Amino acid sequence: MSAGVGVDLENLWIRFGDFVAVRDAKVHINGGDFFSFLGPSGCGKTTILRAVSGFLEPSEGQVLIGGKDMKGIGPNKRPTALIFQNLALFPLMKVWENITFSMEIKGASARERRKRADELLDMIALPDQGDKLPSELSGGQRQRVAIARALCAEPDVLLLDEPLSALDLKLRQHMRTELREIQKRVGITFIYITHDQGEALTMSDNIAVMRAGVIDQIGDGKTIYNDPSTAFAASFVGENNVFRGTVKQVQGDTALIATNRSGDLLARVSSANQGKMKAGDDAMMFIRPEAFALAPVGSEGDHFVTATVTNEEFEGNAFNIFMEGDGGKEMKVSLPNLGQSFDSHKGQSMTLQYDVQNAVALPAGDLATE
Amino acid sequence: MKNLSLMRLSIWAYLAIFFAYLLGPLVIMSVTAFNSPEFPRATPWECLTFEWFSALFHDERILNGIKNSVLVGFGTVILSVAMGLAGALMLTQIWPKLRATYYTIIIAPILVPGVVIGISTLVFWDRINRMLGLGADSFLSNGLFLTVIGQSTFIASYCMLVLVARLQRYDAALTEAALDLGATHAQAFRKVLLPFMKPAIASAAVLAFLASFENYNTTTFTFGEYPTLTIELAQKVRYGITPAISALAFIIVLLTVFAALFNEANIRRKELVFEARKGATVEELSSGRFKMPGFLSSNWAAVALVVVACATVVVVGTATVYSPQQCIANVQEQKRLETEIRIQELQRQRELRRQQQEAEQGSTAPAQSQPADNNSGFGGVFAPNTLSGEEESGAAEPAEESSGFGGAFAPSTLSGDGN
Ligand SMILES: Nc1ncnc2c1ncn2[C@@H]1O[C@H](COP(=O)(O)OP(=O)(O)OP(=O)(O)O)[C@@H](O)[C@H]1O
Ligand SMILES: [Mg+2]
Repeated sequence: MSAGVGVDLENLWIRFGDFVAVRDAKVHINGGDFFSFLGPSGCGKTTILRAVSGFLEPSEGQVLIGGKDMKGIGPNKRPTALIFQNLALFPLMKVWENITFSMEIKGASARERRKRADELLDMIALPDQGDKLPSELSGGQRQRVAIARALCAEPDVLLLDEPLSALDLKLRQHMRTELREIQKRVGITFIYITHDQGEALTMSDNIAVMRAGVIDQIGDGKTIYNDPSTAFAASFVGENNVFRGTVKQVQGDTALIATNRSGDLLARVSSANQGKMKAGDDAMMFIRPEAFALAPVGSEGDHFVTATVTNEEFEGNAFNIFMEGDGGKEMKVSLPNLGQSFDSHKGQSMTLQYDVQNAVALPAGDLATE
Repeated sequence: MKNLSLMRLSIWAYLAIFFAYLLGPLVIMSVTAFNSPEFPRATPWECLTFEWFSALFHDERILNGIKNSVLVGFGTVILSVAMGLAGALMLTQIWPKLRATYYTIIIAPILVPGVVIGISTLVFWDRINRMLGLGADSFLSNGLFLTVIGQSTFIASYCMLVLVARLQRYDAALTEAALDLGATHAQAFRKVLLPFMKPAIASAAVLAFLASFENYNTTTFTFGEYPTLTIELAQKVRYGITPAISALAFIIVLLTVFAALFNEANIRRKELVFEARKGATVEELSSGRFKMPGFLSSNWAAVALVVVACATVVVVGTATVYSPQQCIANVQEQKRLETEIRIQELQRQRELRRQQQEAEQGSTAPAQSQPADNNSGFGGVFAPNTLSGEEESGAAEPAEESSGFGGAFAPSTLSGDGN
């Protein structure tokens, strides 16, 4: 993975007055990676991106692009191109002029520009649309034009600030695959910002999960999903059921947690926290909806959960069963539809089992509110 | 139902009065430009004439004034738009807490009376001129320079208001996008911000030119040896007014109507093109087979423009061949006849009175009441003459001789101006 140019953030701090927007970020992004920053609104994602593209000077720390410190280098001198949250296409220029703006700056002839624009328009599957104005395009088409405009500048690093957030669901899903394909084709580093965990998981090689200016965890999608290192990461990425309690005993990489509602349960300590959790600590245990299975009636033990059904729904590929959960939030259980039937009704008590490897024990912390 | 129609009627009446109030003076003034009497008036209509236009174009001072006004106008446009744009940009960049204060300061010149700006410009630059040890004929005391500077102090504020309105709709991310794509700040300004501001800059320029063209208060202190049109007009009016000035007003009104219609027609055309582009398919757009709507199609403003243009051509054409000499001669002849009849009438009355006086020399009461009646009769006869008599002071003279009262009225005062 040494094809492209890497980006490093070293102990990066960004402050606005007293407000700390980014706190001590340490990130290494491999050249050629599709790297995502994932976090809720207002957590500082755009701020990080602006520091990388050069619109913001870090208060402390460094931004390195290709190993070179970018301090004092303006946005027009950095090998980055930014796709803005609102795209910022030039409204008075035609599509082909928009796309080749970076060439116009360098004094390329209209002929060369036209030629390059046609190539890029082919690449983004918008052939023959060069003579339209941005306002005459659909949302998804504008999106692609913005990508082409950024790629035309031949950046080493492409920065994308929630570029799909304005699109409807269908188009968003389509654009995800398209973006990923473009990235593979051009082979440059993509830094992608999103608050949509589905987007981050499907597209990224690596993901940084952010919360209120702090980077909680960096890893590939599987690691973040299966082995979160904070309660926030566990609750923000994907659906998860939380069980609060205290650590009763730790043995190797498993912990016995005395939960508030469901008795003593076993869970695997997440790899980032091994050796850090000890008996008596406040803890949280997370089990994903799909990690549960039905247990024989009357089963009891440290990997069985019994609760009252409050609601159920049929989703086609799965049955979703909602049960009384911890902390006022419903517990969701997702059972694959294999043609079986359940005799569960509202108000009835149900027993479930799980594999201890699929339950994660973490130190207690803030949960994502979404 | 009845109420509704009454309501409608009163709205129409209101509109009629409103427009009469707005446009009436302009219409009357335009009419006077084509009437032959030497004092501008619409009634009584005497002869259609174009001589006031030729008089206008032979008036050195007016022409010189127009030239100076145009020079000052262009200078003011350049300076004001540049300063206005700088001020507007500054407003968007400045620290938000200072914005309100800054705004007040930069708007202040609009609120300061033009006279004060004129005087202070004069005093200020005179000081600077002296500090630099320059003479009275230096550039800094040049009338054109001072007028441009003086007018720009407040016209720049107008420009800024126009430009700020557009700038507020500018997405600063566009400049950032340009920078991000490698543009320098100057390039981003020139290629992205300036094209966006172009319509507002055009409006500001027109506004600045018009404001400069019609300015009097400030210019009156600064013009030096370069009197502008307003200054010349004001000086002219002081010594009497001729329909040549109406002719000038008419030309200005006509130009304004032209400009307004042209602008409207263009806007309408752009709308039509935009709609057509929206409706056009991709193939039409890219293959160039896309058909633009014509300039005149469903564009009432363009039609009106063409009509006005045709009318102008016809009028100018008529003016070159038409000669009002015969008509003027007729009118003069008629007036002479009327005056003669009046004189005869007067003489007859005087004769009658004298006979009466002789007859009733003893009793005074009726004798005194009689002349009093005649007095009012005089007034009635001479009232129209105060307006019509001035071109024919010669014809009016006998009346002056024949009655002490008549002389007290207009002919001498008005004809004095005409000479
Ligand atoms: N120029 C600024 N001055 C002061 N505070 C700022 C400034 N820019 C951003 N912030 C603050 O920094 C925090 C992070 O902002 P940022 O734009 O990075 O959020 P984000 O993660 O991109 O959110 P979103 O997903 O909504 O775009 C916010 O609390 C915001 O209020
Ligand atoms: Mg953002």
